[in-house]
Amino acid sequence: MQIAARHLDKITIFDISGDIDLATSPQLRKALLRELRELKMPRVVLNLGAVRYIDSSGVASLVEGLKASRDVGSRFILFGLNKTIREVLQLSKLVRIFEIYENEEQSVAP
Amino acid sequence: MSRGSLLLKIELRSNPEMLCVVRNALGELAAKLGFSEPECRAVVLAVDEALTNIIRHAYLGDPEQSIEASFRRIHVLRDGKSEDALEILLEDSGATASPEKMCGRALEDVRPGGLGLHFIRKSMDTVEFSHSNGRNQLRLVKILHGQTTQKGS
Repeated sequence: MQIAARHLDKITIFDISGDIDLATSPQLRKALLRELRELKMPRVVLNLGAVRYIDSSGVASLVEGLKASRDVGSRFILFGLNKTIREVLQLSKLVRIFEIYENEEQSVAP
Repeated sequence: MSRGSLLLKIELRSNPEMLCVVRNALGELAAKLGFSEPECRAVVLAVDEALTNIIRHAYLGDPEQSIEASFRRIHVLRDGKSEDALEILLEDSGATASPEKMCGRALEDVRPGGLGLHFIRKSMDTVEFSHSNGRNQLRLVKILHGQTTQKGS
């Protein structure tokens, strides 16, 4: 998994690629919690367009990010979900709890 | 390829870095057997989650332990009909999970963790845990839906 952060005003955008699994989800979790809990960014956006695979540990990292965002009053947004990620989120019945958009433009809109 | 024969056997370390290797191999194998793309993804997810559970719960994160994974094409009887299926056996020598830990959790409870077993059960047709001679065994079966017997196949 590769993760790169961009900043757009008060928004952090993470461009994530590759596989999010037991080996890589701790890296994602750490990056999300730093941005939300330590830096208290008002909006954190995850570009998942290049993610090939996600497992339950990856979903757990997203849930932790969502919970941290609620704790600090930030928005936590996902976009670019491919079929694989949508299937896993639907299987977890968690797809409805996330704020999900089709593209970056919608995700960073005021 | 003979029916009921061993297709693939892997002995891997309980290292999370190995999971992508198994996923790639299994994805190719499932596609070659004729599973649809969503079925391939389901089988890969189930096995990945099962291996993750072994690494985390049976071996408590020790990356130097051994896991055996074997893959067979089998026939199963369903509604009086014989159907082709992929059988996956995962074996380890780690701690045995207690039955209450194998129940998963209510999905309404929004919190990290506890989804792996739910994913496995939703993805596979058969999920059986057993323990004998100090070894844990997980048997997973995925029926090859839409399989038709054709002349020359």
